[in-house]
Amino acid sequence: MAEVLVVTSGKGGVGKTTSTAALGAALAQTGQSVCVVDFDVGLRNLDLVMGAERRVVYDLINVVQGDANLNQALIRDKRVDSLSLLPASQTRDKDALTAEGVERVINELKNRFDWIICDSPAGIERGAYFAMRHADLAVIVTNPEVSSVRDSDRIIGLLDSKTEKAERGEVMEKLLLLTRYSPERAERGDMLKVDDVLEILSIGLLGIIPESPEVLKASNLGSPVTLANPISAPARAYLDAARRLRGESVPMTVPSDRKGFLGNLFGRRAA
Amino acid sequence: MSVLKFFTRRSSAPAARERLQLLLAHERAVFGRTDLVAVLQDEILAVIAKHVAIDPEKVRVKMDRQDTFATLEVDIEIRSPANGALKMAG
Repeated sequence: MAEVLVVTSGKGGVGKTTSTAALGAALAQTGQSVCVVDFDVGLRNLDLVMGAERRVVYDLINVVQGDANLNQALIRDKRVDSLSLLPASQTRDKDALTAEGVERVINELKNRFDWIICDSPAGIERGAYFAMRHADLAVIVTNPEVSSVRDSDRIIGLLDSKTEKAERGEVMEKLLLLTRYSPERAERGDMLKVDDVLEILSIGLLGIIPESPEVLKASNLGSPVTLANPISAPARAYLDAARRLRGESVPMTVPSDRKGFLGNLFGRRAA
Repeated sequence: MSVLKFFTRRSSAPAARERLQLLLAHERAVFGRTDLVAVLQDEILAVIAKHVAIDPEKVRVKMDRQDTFATLEVDIEIRSPANGALKMAG
């Protein structure tokens, strides 16, 4: 049975697209068939982060409007062949998405994939609503920072009221993915701790992604970080999170990048 | 001075935590952890539409929060009865 997952946050720039690409690739690396869907109509970026920007011919809106079928629009990843991308459109207006069209596309995807991961746009407008509408499970991407936590709280309210699952009277499962986390700064008391954010939002925890230059390096290269550098700290954190999504029990840790002798010597001073 | 600052440095995370807890408690009371304004709009519309013909596009529901109270403003345009639009259902 296919699982529909929405990656959402309310606030922009916290790592939704990066996390969609990394979790999608990580699940596909375990052999699951995965489709990542970009709902950010007008500002698509998942294609770029996944390195597929030059392969986009048709997009979500073409499929929603019946101008193309899924076979024409889906882009299969060149590195992991169980991973596909359905890109957003770049130019058309946001009203081009319709409730019936989105529902039909999601249902078609459910027949083909184990996982459908919907990358939500920032904000609480139409695009975010459509991205969460059919979700079975929500991943709330949050930075340990006040405005991000506040916006996540707002999105949680919408997930509990505006989704199909909520309307059926069921409970939407919501899991925190805390990104750009620095254990050292949290320990010094200059950053909200994981437990603070969990307590404030009162949701479960999917994973803690440490702040790392590897994330930018991977997006520069157009590769999910789990493929670009699978042994890096953020990649290991995403791979663990993907295993948790599959129901495995994986101890919750904040992976750190292994440092050489000099790195240890100097790195320790900061810790 | 800088040495003194170093020793008396207060961490900022507890402040973030307290501010968020206060703010979100207030916001959840107002929004009820659901989009209260949208819920109110739907339900108010449904009640009024039972009795009066209204255009859903010409309805505006707004909530403003002050320090000690919140105001709910509902602005509904009803077509003039002269055109026969105002019909009481009951």
